[in-house]
Amino acid sequence: MYIIIIGGGKVGFYLAKALLGEGHEVLVVEKGASRTEFINNELGSVAIQGDGTEVTTLAELGAGRANMFIAVTGEDDDNLVACQLAKHKFNVPRTIARLSNPKNETIFKKLGIDVTVSSTNIILEDIEEEVPTHPLTHLLDIREKGLEVVEVKIPPDSPTIGKKIKELSLPPGSILSLIIRPRGKPKVPTADTTLQAEDQIIAVTTPETEEALRTVLRGL
Amino acid sequence: MNIIIMGCGRVGARLAGLLDIEGHSVTILDIETYSFHRLPSEFAGTALVGDGMDEEVLKKAGIEKADAFVAVTEADNHNIMAAQIARHLFSVPKVVCRIYDPLRRELFSSLGIEALSPTTTFAQMLKDKIEQ
Repeated sequence: MYIIIIGGGKVGFYLAKALLGEGHEVLVVEKGASRTEFINNELGSVAIQGDGTEVTTLAELGAGRANMFIAVTGEDDDNLVACQLAKHKFNVPRTIARLSNPKNETIFKKLGIDVTVSSTNIILEDIEEEVPTHPLTHLLDIREKGLEVVEVKIPPDSPTIGKKIKELSLPPGSILSLIIRPRGKPKVPTADTTLQAEDQIIAVTTPETEEALRTVLRGL
Repeated sequence: MNIIIMGCGRVGARLAGLLDIEGHSVTILDIETYSFHRLPSEFAGTALVGDGMDEEVLKKAGIEKADAFVAVTEADNHNIMAAQIARHLFSVPKVVCRIYDPLRRELFSSLGIEALSPTTTFAQMLKDKIEQ
């Protein structure tokens, strides 16, 4: 694959190194002259000095035949503009942008950027998984379908303990997929399954209904 | 009209003054407090320190009730991103921004962002002056 990386900072550098190692054709566009020289000395001639948000620069390096375009500068606006140019001017099939402000995910998605990666969010998610008392943990996002897989823990004092799943009014679009109990094997819940204290429930839900699902399951 | 201007440079400050005199309600944003010294002393609008690419700042500036949004910072990409947030997330009826790079302006105009390129306009004006 021909992969263009905008931004030759630490993220861009190690990304280029890894992708080169996998045998891809990689080109890094970096604004700084000395940083460009450093990358070329370390990785061979894979970097050019230039502004990756400029049409002329992208045209010169053959963005039209790129299979993937990755913008990882430290500035969200530069990453957005670079990806929009790649997508709309050069028809690159896949654009990936790094985000510093996680809130920018909405506007990036709306403007057609295929994948956004926010290091801030990744670290936050790791913290959520580490903290066992957190009422609802995100395990996986299925972005194309607008779904997410979450884990909900039933606290020992929850009013829902002893209730059957059919007695709960689960929000539409939420599916309970698995119950993991402190003792015994994990099981697929049915309408007649009774909730127990410390149950870990793995469920498929949507960002809009996750709050309702959490409330219904924990009864709090 | 409620108008938000992002960037209090010479152009932003001057535009804010002009609109303010005509009785519009103007809020001007800049990341540097110092920039506001460019505003005319009789400016009666609001000057707010903050980054116009940040939704929270835009909300504080009243973007949900804004009739127009103008992005005139020094950086093309700041202006492009803020203009698209104003248009696509907050549906501001009138959004205009400055894009120095004519090629970039061309692309974003085709994506529905109303943009002016001082580079093109000013070069043309200079040419006309010389040929006069």
